[in-house]
Amino acid sequence: MRHIPSVKTLPSTESLSPAAKAVPVLVAALLGVFMLYGVGFAGPQVLHNAAHDGRHAFAFPCH
Amino acid sequence: MLRQILASAVIAGALAGVLVSGLQAIRVVPLILEAETHETSGKTTGTVATAHHHDVPASGHRHENGIAVTRVWAPEEGLERTLYTVLTNVLTATAFALLLTACYALSSDVDWRRGMLWGLAGFAVFHLAPSLGLPPEPPGSTAALLHDRQIWWFGTVAATATGLALLVFHRKDIIKVLGVALLALPHLIDVPQPDTYGDMAPPELVSPYVVAVLVTAGVFWVFLGALSGFLFHRMKDLK
Repeated sequence: MRHIPSVKTLPSTESLSPAAKAVPVLVAALLGVFMLYGVGFAGPQVLHNAAHDGRHAFAFPCH
Repeated sequence: MLRQILASAVIAGALAGVLVSGLQAIRVVPLILEAETHETSGKTTGTVATAHHHDVPASGHRHENGIAVTRVWAPEEGLERTLYTVLTNVLTATAFALLLTACYALSSDVDWRRGMLWGLAGFAVFHLAPSLGLPPEPPGSTAALLHDRQIWWFGTVAATATGLALLVFHRKDIIKVLGVALLALPHLIDVPQPDTYGDMAPPELVSPYVVAVLVTAGVFWVFLGALSGFLFHRMKDLK
């Protein structure tokens, strides 16, 4: 019978090496910065108009 | 681990974005709408206090001093504008949540309590520190050039985040001193200021606006930190 690993045998996040964490952390951080820039800072007028009140309410520099 | 980071950030960002939309509806958005009624067309000298898209009629374009002004799309007043603001808030909250959960992944153990502390740090980095140089501005405020303010804002966020990290996570005193210096640095260099003064937004409106924005942001960050910390902890078996 084939051995099927149970969920409990998977390594928890805390046991991952720093190198193994580097890629997911970088991906998440870059995605976060990219989204933040697009919503709060990108120049096109259409984006500005759509996000106008949110930009003001989050105190991002606007106009 | 990537799934744990992304899933906890997306759920926390969606809920916190909806929550902050409700909070903004109490004071912040009414003050924005009130400020817009004081805006007039045109620019003030050397600065960027400008009129908004709301001034341009829906007919496609208008003429101003003989120059054609093309209308750029903007959400209709009312429900459509509100929905775009909620979408903006959800995306912004998710972006902040991604940065938080990326930090959680590097941290030893995070639950809702630790998450709340991380949220307070986020408030200090993304709202408190930038507001010292560039206080929240309602529409119609007089301000320096947008590009200069955006660069200062990003520089201040980066310096504050790095400074706080050095101060909190390093043991050597000299490094902690360097952290404090980084916290102070953006405020000692040239903060972009307008060439002239003369807000179209009344001063009686600006102070309540600043308080409302910062209080709303503080509540938002504490909620986002606690929720993302809770979810990140609960999803620790996600790869």
